Amino acid sequence: MRREHPFSAPYVAQFTRARATLPGRGLPWLSGLRDRAIERFSSLDFPTPKVEEWKFTNLAPLTKTVFGPGPAKAGEDAGDAVQGFLMEETPCHLLVFVDGRYRPRLSAVGDLPAGAEVTTLAAALKARPDMLESHLGGGTAIDEKPFVALNTAFMADGAVLTLEPGVALDRPVHFLYMASAHEAPVVTHPRTLVLAGRGSAATVLESYIGAGSRTYWTNAVTDVVVDEGAALKHYRLQAEGAKAFHIAATEVRLARDSRYESFVLAVGGRLARNEIAASLNGINIDCRLSGAYLARDRQHIDNTTLIDHAQPECHSRQVYKGVLDGKAHAVFQGKIVVRPQAQKTDAHQLNKNLLLSETARVDTKPELEIHADDVKCSHGASVGELDTEALFYLRARGIDAGHARNMLIEAFVGETFEHISSPPMRAHLERMASSWLPSRHQGGAP
Amino acid sequence: MAKKTPLLEVKDLHVKVEGKNILRGIDLTVKAGEVHAVMGPNGSGKSTLAHVLAGREGYEVTKGGVRFAGSDLLAMAPEERAREGLFLAFQYPVEIPGVSGMNFLKSALNEMRKHRRLPELDAMDFLTLAREKMRLLEIDEKLIQRAVNVGFSGGEKKRNEVFQMAMLEPRLAVLDETDSGLDIDALKIVANGVNSMRSPDRAIILITHYQRLLDYVVPDKVHVLAHGRIAKSGGRKLALELEKKGYGAFGQSAASVAA
Amino acid sequence: MAVASDTAKTIESATGGDYKYGFVTDIDMDFAPRGLNEDIVRFISAKKNEPDWLLEWRLKSYRRWLTMTEPRWARVRYAAIDYQAAYYYAAPKSTELLDSLDEVDPELLRTYEKLGIPLEEQKMLAGVAVDAVFDSVSVATTYKEKLAEEGIIFCSFSEAVQTQPELVRKYLGSVVPYSDNFYATLNSAVFSDGSFVYIPRGVRCPMELSTYFRINAENTGQFERTLVIADAGSYVSYLEGCTAPMRDENQLHAAVVELVALDDAQIKYSTVQNWYPGDKDGKGGIFNFVTKRGACRGVNSKISWTQIETGSAITWKYPSCILQGDNSVGEFYSVAVTNNHQQADTGTKMIHIGKNTRSTIITKGISAGKGQNTYRGQVKILPGADGARNYTQCDALLIGDQCGGHTIPYIEVRNPTAHVEHEATTSKISDDQLFYCMQRGLSAEDAISMIVNGFCKQVLMELPMEFAVEAQKLLDISLEGSVG
Repeated sequence: MRREHPFSAPYVAQFTRARATLPGRGLPWLSGLRDRAIERFSSLDFPTPKVEEWKFTNLAPLTKTVFGPGPAKAGEDAGDAVQGFLMEETPCHLLVFVDGRYRPRLSAVGDLPAGAEVTTLAAALKARPDMLESHLGGGTAIDEKPFVALNTAFMADGAVLTLEPGVALDRPVHFLYMASAHEAPVVTHPRTLVLAGRGSAATVLESYIGAGSRTYWTNAVTDVVVDEGAALKHYRLQAEGAKAFHIAATEVRLARDSRYESFVLAVGGRLARNEIAASLNGINIDCRLSGAYLARDRQHIDNTTLIDHAQPECHSRQVYKGVLDGKAHAVFQGKIVVRPQAQKTDAHQLNKNLLLSETARVDTKPELEIHADDVKCSHGASVGELDTEALFYLRARGIDAGHARNMLIEAFVGETFEHISSPPMRAHLERMASSWLPSRHQGGAP
Repeated sequence: MAKKTPLLEVKDLHVKVEGKNILRGIDLTVKAGEVHAVMGPNGSGKSTLAHVLAGREGYEVTKGGVRFAGSDLLAMAPEERAREGLFLAFQYPVEIPGVSGMNFLKSALNEMRKHRRLPELDAMDFLTLAREKMRLLEIDEKLIQRAVNVGFSGGEKKRNEVFQMAMLEPRLAVLDETDSGLDIDALKIVANGVNSMRSPDRAIILITHYQRLLDYVVPDKVHVLAHGRIAKSGGRKLALELEKKGYGAFGQSAASVAA
Repeated sequence: MAVASDTAKTIESATGGDYKYGFVTDIDMDFAPRGLNEDIVRFISAKKNEPDWLLEWRLKSYRRWLTMTEPRWARVRYAAIDYQAAYYYAAPKSTELLDSLDEVDPELLRTYEKLGIPLEEQKMLAGVAVDAVFDSVSVATTYKEKLAEEGIIFCSFSEAVQTQPELVRKYLGSVVPYSDNFYATLNSAVFSDGSFVYIPRGVRCPMELSTYFRINAENTGQFERTLVIADAGSYVSYLEGCTAPMRDENQLHAAVVELVALDDAQIKYSTVQNWYPGDKDGKGGIFNFVTKRGACRGVNSKISWTQIETGSAITWKYPSCILQGDNSVGEFYSVAVTNNHQQADTGTKMIHIGKNTRSTIITKGISAGKGQNTYRGQVKILPGADGARNYTQCDALLIGDQCGGHTIPYIEVRNPTAHVEHEATTSKISDDQLFYCMQRGLSAEDAISMIVNGFCKQVLMELPMEFAVEAQKLLDISLEGSVG
């Protein structure tokens, strides 16, 4: 049902004003795509909880503010803030974006092997627009997901990684999106693209961080294509500012014999939604999604996943765990679809939640949609408090209550980090979660 | 049945599994009243032979045939073979949650009886018969009240197979490594059960890796299976010989031929 | 305004055989005119000689219904329903003066015999008191006198309106409000009959109470209304069975069941639903849109739902428990079978309000043919529900590669002392299991039947004995022809 005064209207107006200045305006396919996207956003509008996919995440707080486009010039003080989020001791191919714009002075791309390219969307639109056309314009996400449509209309910059067949990167690639302090509420639409060619291998970290306590909105979209036999480890840190809105969608397309490993650590933002949709389009794919969400105060953190088994003999695993304190509200929606031809699918999903306070809240909806019979599919979900027996046992051995509590929280959530198969990445993300995992890392809390 | 017609006649049997040749020309004749032992190392095709006889899917007979009491065995569905009196004691008995052993076995027995034009047994008669056989195999009566094989120990599963054999009274019993994983006491119980089944109108094929079982169930004939063929046939002594020399003499490694 | 029923369209044996209960009874029927408007609502109310407050309640419901739209969120697909094409009231003509079974139309009694519930015999042997609802009207209630000695009221809903107006007025719509949902609101406007049960304080009902529902007339909707009240410290086990004749058109069944359990009371409510599922090509069959809800109002109260859903073309049904009383317990045990083109979207809601409330959900979904089977369930733990516990286990079994089995749980927790656990699996009957059974001489059909019954055992065990046997038979019938 169309609202009388759609919340999308101010953004449609902004688009009309900005249209002529957006990158790639000389490319007819891109202009056409942007027009189609803003039209979709306009008709889909901001979803209400009546829309099943948004049942538990009410966007009313987001619609109360009209966010403007970023300033022409980013804050100069961003450099220090970035430091705390860089990987320690592990050299990376680093791209830093502040308020949606590439900042070469903060970045360090470094040497890449032949056949690997790390660049920006703005640069790629100039240098290789044809390559982008098939990856930005394809897919049905903009027809169904309003914020993917909005991002597509406005996307101006972001990181791009391309790997030719057989290329393997030794070092991780780190894409860091930083929001600096602004007076006026600003929205950015970072667009990340990872194209892993046949038999290639890489490790990618996306970090979304915010300085200060201003209200802003990050509306991120990441497109991932993993070709035959390629292996991608894809990690994500969401540590936005305390008043930030973070809406992110990752669209993953996997080809036969590929491996995809994803881990999402969500600790920031006032209202954050991270959505991953993976389509398994060939046989013998291994897809693993895991994550930890740690929320307190009035944070709302939503993790929504879709694994679409479109072809036979694939394997998927999901493990998400959350710890909620204060008045935090966590949402987990995980859906596994097994299409009729996807026989011999082996899919498992687990979501566990720990509530630490009287006022914290969890909504979890693990969903199975199975259309093939020769499959092994299962899911589990649980919500509970700290095990009082275990707590007592620890205290009876002389450990003080606070410490015992921390030990148990850490034991609960720490297990998810074992799903990160890259050791330096695991160490880094554990450090990023250190205020919730005190014994793994002393200090260094962001 | 006339003694002249063999109960089982396997002729030049060739079988492929997932495109690989596993059996490459088996010839085996078993008459009523006989006990045969088929021995061989891992991968020699022993279990394949058992499964092909019982009619399991996934086995492609590329050449040769099998006659059972004069009829074409391979043309029959698995349940027809069972009803005709072919029993397979599974190497890995299958768990069936929620289905009580009692209900399972009573249905199976009555299918056999229907096939043999005998009246079906009611619950009381069935239980009386079952109790008698359970005593023989020292099986706790509670075992058949539970779901089929669910939560059974390895030994319990094997004894349950022999118990089912005793209940169903087949004409030909094929015991696929029924001795494996049993301690000496359990082995004796199983052997007693098998011996009690020996009769002039019944044949038994013991498929085994070790000769240990043959100390208790003395076979009339012993066959050594190697590379999908019967490499050698002989009497009881052949098994003892194997124990000493291993399967190496038959061109397959004797990786784990223990006493 | 009575219209004689046309029974010429009795389904011929050509398509028959599978659905054992697909016969049509040839007796005179009393119909309201086709379609729905305020006059029809008034007609139904007048026919039943209802008090003004009830007529007002119906009209209020009807007016509300006009503003509502059919829910579309369930995973079921069907052609639009023309609510003006159905008859909203159909009754056997001879409903008055049924003091003894002798006066019941013998044709009707034969119908029940075919259903396997010979009333005469049951009266003597089974110890089951039966309230039979034929189309919309309760025709005979057995065992009334014996129950009356205990102070138990078991009668048709219409009769209760006349004899127990205070109880009806107090509890009608108190669990499922008139405005609850599209189908419940429609039912509130046009319900014609159903069963009423009141178990007095401290009484343990000495026998199973049972209702048989049957849709007989063509183009009729059946809108029965059941109300069960278990007063403090009482216990009752209630069974309902449902069948309908085979017809090419779809027929609507939109019932409402309300249960109220006061302090320390227990209600066990079992359903074997075997409405006509349509033919092999998905033609015909009942649309079963039912609202069932129980309120555990009292402390230590317990409501247990058990359902075996083998019938209907479409099932849309979520028997629920509102756990208000401290220490109250809700249970939901379900077997749902969809074969051929059947679609089921069924599950439960467990709403935990009181402290130390507990709920258990065990569901077994079996899909065969082109059947689509969805478990949809909600477990909600509200802030005051300290120490609440829920355990949910949903298993799906798929037979054949054309069907679907889906699991959609909603788990909403707002209390840190809650423990909620959900597990679900989807699998098929393994080739190993089938082969093992067949090696022992069982046919593939028998092996599947045995394995399916084993799969459902946890739920079947919850049924009273007579029903369990019937349920097992129904499972077999429902899955006939599903083996490829």
